[in-house]
Amino acid sequence: MSAPLWIFLLLAASGVFSAAMVVTRRNPVHCLLYLLVTFFSVAAVYVLLHAEFVAAVQVLVYAGGIMVLFLFVILLVDVGRVDALRRVAKGHVVLSVLLTALVVVPVGVHVLGGAPAAAPSTLALAEGGGNLETVSLSLFRNYLLPFEAISILLLVALVGAVVLARARY
Amino acid sequence: MLAPAHVMLFSLALFAIGVLGVLTRRNAIVILMSLEIVFNAANLNFIAFAWALPDVAGQVLALFVICVAAAEAAIGLAILITVYRNRSHINVDEIDLMKW
Repeated sequence: MSAPLWIFLLLAASGVFSAAMVVTRRNPVHCLLYLLVTFFSVAAVYVLLHAEFVAAVQVLVYAGGIMVLFLFVILLVDVGRVDALRRVAKGHVVLSVLLTALVVVPVGVHVLGGAPAAAPSTLALAEGGGNLETVSLSLFRNYLLPFEAISILLLVALVGAVVLARARY
Repeated sequence: MLAPAHVMLFSLALFAIGVLGVLTRRNAIVILMSLEIVFNAANLNFIAFAWALPDVAGQVLALFVICVAAAEAAIGLAILITVYRNRSHINVDEIDLMKW
């Protein structure tokens, strides 16, 4: 086995483990910290796959922005009272696992059966000035309209969040 | 050698865990965290195919997904704060009225 596969398996193990901890821990702050580990594992996999810019954005936006947002809301909401209410019925968990398996197993079989192989040379992603230049050229040449639409979406989300969370008098 | 199938299986595992979290947890904040895991699983597939083809368009789409996830988190958490202000809890089993 070559080095990248070993590194990938390590990162995948840490990502899956911490994601499992996110959905099983009781304390939301613990969930959040495990979620941070998941984000960093995924970002490291991005670097492995020659997506350095997306990895940087992942760390800045997820591990930076969204993390802090979640932490503030956890601190604003009374965690203790919320947790005391948490008692999930066994039958509900079994049904959820069955529903998830219903979706995931066919997809997994499909992936194992017919996943495409990697192109012989994946260096095209890093050619001509590096990953950032390649991504930005594609973004501003081919995807300019979606880029502008996303900026409007973010503006609407910003205004909407302020209006929703504002104190009522 | 690292193959796209490896990354797709990793992404599938993350997706399954995220969906399980959404279905089984009752704390709305943790449900939103599980949704972020699902977004990350989708992004992993975009990046995997961008790497395998190789075509940088997948990385651009992953950036758009990150933007949408950020907007979703902001709006979702703002709604949670509003619900908590009115009901003093955010247990999704008991949030069953749009107006009270």
